[in-house]
Amino acid sequence: MITLQFISTQELAGLDEEEKIKKLLTYVKSDNIVVLDSKLKPEEEAYLIKLTMTEINSKFKGIEIATIFPEKKTLQGLQKLRFNIAKILLGREHGLTIIGPAALIKEIKKDPGRIRLLMKKTKK
Amino acid sequence: MIFKFKDFISGLFFNVFKRKKTFKLGIYGPPNSGKSTLANKICIDWLGEPLSKVSNIPHETREIKIKEKITIRHKGKSLSFNIIDTPGIATRIDFEDFLKYRLSSKEAKKRAKEATKGVIESIKWLDNVDCVVVVLDATKNPYSQVNLTIIGNLAARKIPVLVVGNKIDLKRANVKKIEAAFPQYKVVGISALKGHNMDEFYKSLFKIAK
Repeated sequence: MITLQFISTQELAGLDEEEKIKKLLTYVKSDNIVVLDSKLKPEEEAYLIKLTMTEINSKFKGIEIATIFPEKKTLQGLQKLRFNIAKILLGREHGLTIIGPAALIKEIKKDPGRIRLLMKKTKK
Repeated sequence: MIFKFKDFISGLFFNVFKRKKTFKLGIYGPPNSGKSTLANKICIDWLGEPLSKVSNIPHETREIKIKEKITIRHKGKSLSFNIIDTPGIATRIDFEDFLKYRLSSKEAKKRAKEATKGVIESIKWLDNVDCVVVVLDATKNPYSQVNLTIIGNLAARKIPVLVVGNKIDLKRANVKKIEAAFPQYKVVGISALKGHNMDEFYKSLFKIAK
């Protein structure tokens, strides 16, 4: 059974970068597909990849990850203002991050504004 | 007056050494995009010898490879650097994928283990490079998260980047898609294997290394 785990940024508030990434990876290693309501920072993504590499073994094959977020260049006027205010107030960037175990996800196809998760066929 | 003269002399020495200092050029990208083929092409063009072994099997380069003191020339100017060929960055490594390339189970597991270490090394080296060429396979979708993570991390570190769309000798290559994905960067379409458009590549390298 595939479990989708929706996580609010508030649940991760108070955790430092390492703790946050470790927590996300723990969910993924338990065969959850994590949907986070914000975009990870590039440094967090790099740390997630590093940590994933240390955990790979015959059972855990790694992760698939995709983020989707509004390009600042495409935002105009009021939209841009709202984007910047939200960033200052919430201390994070708008967006969505999806992370799942490579054993379950065959591929994540991504276009600038769309993510498609292709799942592996499970044995009945 | 004496102090001013001392400053002038030390400044002169500093500038001379600064000018002679070679920078570290990192070659980054996902597995099998042609990083080592490009590193080899540069080394063969300017040193007459290759740097890394290449193959069709992903994660052929599993350790950082360095070639020092490469000097390239363009329009009477020269540029000296050390080239750092890095293992491909990936989020998943499955030893079973290597079995398709007729490796034994033992060899595949060993390769997978080494590949995970290689990815970690590549990420660590992001803090040690001065300038980066990101090599992407122009026949593939450029919006993959690995590409975005590499370029995002380089941007966060304010490291100059040249994006290369490799394999333009193949029919499915689409350099315009890479340009659309990374509009803030200079993108050059090349074939490192066939040597297509290398003049444009070297010209662009001079511009980003300024």
